[in-house]
Amino acid sequence: MNADRIVGKSVPRKEGRDKVTGKSQYVDDMVLPEMLFGATVRSQIPRGRITKITFGSGIAWDEFVIVSAKEIPGKNCIALIGDDQPCLASGFVNHPEEPILLLAHPDRHLLPKAVQAVSIEYEPLPAIFTIDESERRSQIIWGEDNVFKTYSIDKGNLDGIWEKADYVVEGEYSTGAQEQLYIENNGMIAAFDTEHGITVWGSLQCPYYIHKALMALCNLPAEKVRVVQMETGGAFGGKEEYPSMIAAHATLLAIKSGKPVKIIYDRMEDMVATTKRHPSRTRHRTAVSRDGKILGGEIDFTIDGGAYATLSSVVLSRGVIHAGGPYYWPSVRIRAEAVATNAPPHGAFRGFGAPQSLFAMERHMDRIAQTVGLSPVEIRRRNFLQPGQETTTQQVIREPIDLGKLLDRALEISDYHSKKQNFAKQNLGGPFRRGMGIAAFLHGAGFTGSGERYLSSVVGVEGCADGSVRVLVSSTEFGQGTNTVLSQIAAEALGLPYESVSMAQPDTLAVPNSGPTVASRTVMVVGKLVQSAALGLAQTLTSSGLLREGYSAEDFRAACQQQVAAHGQFRSWSRYEAPSGIFWDDQAYRGEAYAAFAWAVYVAEVSVDLATYSVSVNDFVALQEVGKVLHPLLARGQVIGGVAQGIGFSLYEKVVWQNGRMQNGQMTNYIMPTSSDLPPIRVFFEELGNVHGAYGAKGIGELPMDGPAPAIVNAVEDALGVRFDSIPLFPEDIMDALNKVALDKDALSASSQMNGTSPAGGTR
Amino acid sequence: MTDSHASISKIEISFIVNDEPKKVFAYSMERLLDVLRMELGLTGAKEGCGEGECGSCSVLMDGALVNSCLVPVLQAAGTNIVTIEGLAAGQRLHVLQEAFLEYGGAQCGICTPGMVLAAAHLLDGRPEPTIDEIREGLSGNLCRCTGYSQIVEAVTAAARRTSTLEIDRLRTTG
Repeated sequence: MNADRIVGKSVPRKEGRDKVTGKSQYVDDMVLPEMLFGATVRSQIPRGRITKITFGSGIAWDEFVIVSAKEIPGKNCIALIGDDQPCLASGFVNHPEEPILLLAHPDRHLLPKAVQAVSIEYEPLPAIFTIDESERRSQIIWGEDNVFKTYSIDKGNLDGIWEKADYVVEGEYSTGAQEQLYIENNGMIAAFDTEHGITVWGSLQCPYYIHKALMALCNLPAEKVRVVQMETGGAFGGKEEYPSMIAAHATLLAIKSGKPVKIIYDRMEDMVATTKRHPSRTRHRTAVSRDGKILGGEIDFTIDGGAYATLSSVVLSRGVIHAGGPYYWPSVRIRAEAVATNAPPHGAFRGFGAPQSLFAMERHMDRIAQTVGLSPVEIRRRNFLQPGQETTTQQVIREPIDLGKLLDRALEISDYHSKKQNFAKQNLGGPFRRGMGIAAFLHGAGFTGSGERYLSSVVGVEGCADGSVRVLVSSTEFGQGTNTVLSQIAAEALGLPYESVSMAQPDTLAVPNSGPTVASRTVMVVGKLVQSAALGLAQTLTSSGLLREGYSAEDFRAACQQQVAAHGQFRSWSRYEAPSGIFWDDQAYRGEAYAAFAWAVYVAEVSVDLATYSVSVNDFVALQEVGKVLHPLLARGQVIGGVAQGIGFSLYEKVVWQNGRMQNGQMTNYIMPTSSDLPPIRVFFEELGNVHGAYGAKGIGELPMDGPAPAIVNAVEDALGVRFDSIPLFPEDIMDALNKVALDKDALSASSQMNGTSPAGGTR
Repeated sequence: MTDSHASISKIEISFIVNDEPKKVFAYSMERLLDVLRMELGLTGAKEGCGEGECGSCSVLMDGALVNSCLVPVLQAAGTNIVTIEGLAAGQRLHVLQEAFLEYGGAQCGICTPGMVLAAAHLLDGRPEPTIDEIREGLSGNLCRCTGYSQIVEAVTAAARRTSTLEIDRLRTTG
């Protein structure tokens, strides 16, 4: 390999210097002349008819700009997949914190009091809050049956399988809501004038989602809507769809007032009103042979979507495709459903349904192991997908992945076997119980099935007048390293120094639609397009005779300068084309679900304090195959950060609900891990490569969210010998379970004592 | 425009910010964070939670690490304040800033200004901290991106470099 290669090197983060010096401009750092501040009046009840709105006394209402649903110029919806979510409630509310009215004022300090002074009267309607309640359909709150979406995956034939099985293993598993908790709250600024239309600047992941939503909301053509991404302080999916709502609100206030309007949520508003990870319930029923082979099974996967459809269908899709884990199922029947409840809509969060269904799968594997009498290691080894076999959607594994080898390496690095032995001895006494847990999993990169074909992403690379190169994409940087890695790819393709490539600010007026920055697709899919667009620049220069093969960086610079001087703007475009021979059936949910899967085995070591029932993760090994690693430092950072969020998901982060509203919407009572809570997270890579990704890369961003929860809960079971099938797992859950075990034991020994003494007639 | 603090009037408050004497007119109970960001244009300090939990608004006040969202500006009168903007010496980055870049301590960047100042404060009191001391010392500053490992590595590296520099200085002057 060429020693001068740029991919594979940990080059400096493009925007790093501005970040460490505090110069980076986030949306709240931006001020426009005459700017007003906006606020949102929200529903106080989960479901009902709005009967009266009163503007209370003590507020100079004539100084406020007030917007209601009636003043929406276009369609009252946040256009996304379906158009069911209103921008502002008109007549009905379907969840707590649903936006009803908008206020704006030059003094931001006056807004909270004004919001408080608006009183809304309702005629309440019965509401539902759980998956079970939604399924019972005692109240229909959405559509005809409370169901946003269903999927079925059928592979092989389950007939007679239950009779043939030596064991039938059943389990039910559930996961809770999780708040993304980016440290920068959501925020948006909008400005409007009749000549240019609307411009919004904000904290966001997907400029063209907002572009689409604002066109529909305001009935404006594409060229009259401009969306600009500011530096974005964390997102994790939490800024995929909800920013369209905030942009819509700021826009309505800006149109009415004729002034720029800034809306910045405070922490509580951000936590209680915006999206979270979908709560889930998974049921497994698996037919297993005596030697521990899965013969077939049924999986029911259900997620709580909240009050509107938003992205639930897509989250469900990723969840259902990952539900079978990295295992070979000769036959399987999977049924999946996203249902409505009267909570704020749940939405995108790193992993996007897969952490939920994989938690169930990997807990269930441990249950199967116990039933059959094999170790958690052996049960996985005997069922791993092999090259040439088909996944549940009948996608053939074509790459030479050896999951058994991956597992062996993870066990060796974590010293799994000797630790497990030692812990078994140590656990006989003392104040702690220790355990080891593993999780094996996969994560598909890019949009599901035909998704990338529908997106049809476009990327541009520009040769600039000074001879440097600029990448034009709507793919956004929010910490994960988009700017850096896409620059590396362009530099590598052109044989230029990393420093001579820059990134255009994502601005729908200036960059093409390279698709949303989601689904672990940026490096793999967008990166590949950057590579080919960059090569296009060089080809133009060589075919016009300005550049010769084997050129130097200086030759390129000179040729590029000449080209621009002679012909003006110099750009090369590349549009996504689906690889040939890829088959996907949207109806049967069958075929090539993803262009590539990343594979992983994670090992958690935990200790449980028997006095406090708290769980500490003492060591964590994360081994994954993610194709070629283009930037080792950033890749490692992605994995550690994802594992940390996974540890939070397992042990720390619990949304407390009351009537559909989050009750603990503060960082003081919704707890994410601090630096002193986390173990060293040890990260290792295998690199197989991937023909579909830029320079062999696969997606990496979401993968590390999938494994920690099952690995940790498996380790807790190993430590305590008690089964837990629900997360978050809190000390009180462990206390209850251990007390129950103790009570059962007491009852058992009491009854055996009784049996022992009764013949003597002493108890009569 | 209505005055949100109509019943009270603004007062003149002086302090030193990043080695420069500053005078502001502010309500005594305004948050130091808002005065730094809106009056002085020092937007490096960020509001993450507004209740002293996340530490992204951290600044140094007379050498102490404070959450500027919890400090009424009156309390800052007469003090010496250092924000992230005052840490680099012109174009030359502080050793911690360099280490954060090199070791991947900054991802989305929103917690970075507070985190770097918290680390500077830690190293000030404890120039050669252990890993546990670093983890403990930074536990008032939340980061959702990194899982902290690369921040801890950056601080470790910066401490090592600072002590090497210090030894070099003592050698050349001694």
